[in-house]
Amino acid sequence: MPEIRNYTLNFGPQHPAAHGVLRLVLELDGEVIERADPHIGLLHRATEKLAENKPFNQSIPYMDRLDYVSMMCNEHAYVMAIEKLLGIEPPIRAQYIRVLFDEITRILNHLLWIASHALDVGAMTMFLYAFREREDLMDCYEAVSGARLHAAYYRPGGVYRDLPDTMPHYKVSKFHNAKEVERLNANRQGSLLDFIEDFTQRFPTYVDEYETLLTENRIWRQRTVDVGIVSPERALQLGFTGPMLRGSGVEWDLRKKQPYEVYDKVDFDIPVGTNGDCYDRYLVRIEEMRQSNHIMKQCVEWLRANQGPVIVNDHKIAPPKREAMKADMESLIHHFKLFSEGYCVPAGEVYVGIEHPKGEFGIYLVSDGANKPYRLKIRAPGFAHLAAMDEMARGHMLTDVVTIIGTQDIVFGEIDR
Amino acid sequence: MNAIKNYVKRLFLWELIQGLRVTGKYLFARKITVFYPEEKTPLSPRFRGQHALRRYPNGEERCIACKLCEAVCPALAITIECAERDDGTRRTTRYDIDLTKCIFCGFCEESCPVDSIVETNNFEYCGEQHNELLMTKEKLLALGAVYEQQLAKDRAKDAAYR
Repeated sequence: MPEIRNYTLNFGPQHPAAHGVLRLVLELDGEVIERADPHIGLLHRATEKLAENKPFNQSIPYMDRLDYVSMMCNEHAYVMAIEKLLGIEPPIRAQYIRVLFDEITRILNHLLWIASHALDVGAMTMFLYAFREREDLMDCYEAVSGARLHAAYYRPGGVYRDLPDTMPHYKVSKFHNAKEVERLNANRQGSLLDFIEDFTQRFPTYVDEYETLLTENRIWRQRTVDVGIVSPERALQLGFTGPMLRGSGVEWDLRKKQPYEVYDKVDFDIPVGTNGDCYDRYLVRIEEMRQSNHIMKQCVEWLRANQGPVIVNDHKIAPPKREAMKADMESLIHHFKLFSEGYCVPAGEVYVGIEHPKGEFGIYLVSDGANKPYRLKIRAPGFAHLAAMDEMARGHMLTDVVTIIGTQDIVFGEIDR
Repeated sequence: MNAIKNYVKRLFLWELIQGLRVTGKYLFARKITVFYPEEKTPLSPRFRGQHALRRYPNGEERCIACKLCEAVCPALAITIECAERDDGTRRTTRYDIDLTKCIFCGFCEESCPVDSIVETNNFEYCGEQHNELLMTKEKLLALGAVYEQQLAKDRAKDAAYR
C-alpha cells in the first residue's frame, strides 16, 4: 500500500490573491493546511542600504515606496526620526496638515484593503466602490504634492508646500457636455479644504453602503467569522500591531498611547474587536475609517481657521522661499548647500514609531554626525503579521488562506523593503 | 421573538436583498466613468510628469549647468557635462535624464535655481525601446518648447506656495 503523503503546493508569487509577490509553500492534507511557509524577498530593493548612501532628504521618496498604499505615513515616520535627532518641531499648521494627510492615507489604505480583501473572498462590487472613493483622495494627494501615489510631501521640519486654494477642474469633452462638467466640478470650486470637507460629508454614507454589502452578508460571514483566530495573548507575543492587534481585543494605538503631532488635540476613539477573527478585524478597520473621517473633519476645521508657516524657518534644514533664493545671496547659498550636501544631524540613535494604517511602522535611525544616516532600520508591521501566517492558517481550508492573507493586509513593499 | 425575526430574515435572504438594493441603486445612477484617452481627469498645477528643459522668452536656454539637479537626484538619473560657450557663458554640453531610472520625486525641479528643469503634466510618454526613454538635452528642450505655455501657467499658479 502506498504511503500517504501531504501535498505541497506553491501559492504564488503569481497568484492574484497573493497581494504582490508572496510565495507561500503550503503543505496540504487534502484541502486542509498542515503548514504554511511564507517565502519573502522577491521585492527586495535594499531601501535601508540605499539610504546609507544619500543625504537625509533624498531618501524621502524611497519611503513612499515601502508600503506603497500608505505613502505619507511612511514618510511621516522617517521625517519624524530626523526631526527627533535634529531636535526640531514643525510648526503647528504643518502638524495639522500631517495629521490630516495621515488620516487620508489611512482611509486610502483601508479602502484598498477592503477592495482587495472582498475581491479575494468573492465580492467584486466592493472593489469598484472602494476605488471610486480612492480617486477623490488621490486627487487630494495630487493637489498638494503633484503625485497621486508617491507624494514626497513631508519634509523634516514641516511639509513642502501649503495646501492649494484651488482645485483643478474637469474640462468639457465629447462625453461630458458643459452642464455635466459643471456638476462634476461642483465640489472643486473652492480650496482643497472645501474639497476634503465635501468628501468627509459624503464618506460615512459610502461606508454604510460597504457595510450593507458585507457586514450581514451570509457569504462574507461564512468566509470570515472564526477564520484565523488570534488570542490577545498570542497577538502580543507575535508582535502584532494596528488593526491586527485591536481585532484581538487589545486596546493599543500609538495615536492614543504616545500621541505624536496633534493627535492629543483631536477627538477620536479606538475600535477594538472581541474574537480576534477575520470578521472582527474587518469591523475594526471599517470603524477606523469612520474615526479617520472624524479626525479629518476636525483638521479641516482647524486648518481653515488658522494660517501660518508650514515648514520651519531654519534654512539649514528647510530651503528658503524661491523668491528669496532668487533675490538674496545668503538664501541662494543656503539653497545650494541644502540641495547639494544636505544637512548634518547630531550623532546619536533614535527610534520613532507611528500608527501606520497597518500597525506600528518604525524607523530606527543611527547617525554618526554626517549628512547621511549611518544605519536605517525599518520596522514594517506587515513583517510580523506575515510571520504569523503559519499559526493563523494551520488547520484551515485552502480557501481560508486567501482570507487570512487579505485580513493581514500584506503589502510587499514594506515587508521586503 | 428576536430569534424568530432573525430566522425569517435569513430565510428570505433579507441581507442579500439589502445589498442588491445598493447595487441596484448604482445600476441606475449616473455613471462616474471617465473615458480616458478622449477625456482626462483634472491635473493639479503641481503635477509631476515627464521632464522638460525650459528657455527664457528671448530663446536663451535657462540651464546654467550648476549641476544641482544632478547632485540632488536620489536615483542618479541625471548626467550633466558642461563647457564655456563662445560668448563666455557657462552652458551644458550634455544633459541626460534616464527616465527608466527616474522616480519622479520632483527634487530636480525643486532644486533648480533658474526654473530650467521642470516636470510637465505629460504622463503619457512611452517608448518601445530602452533608448527612447533616455532623454537628451535636445529632446528635453524640444519638449520644453511644446509645453512652455502650460508650464508657465502652472508655475505662475503655484509660485505663491513655493
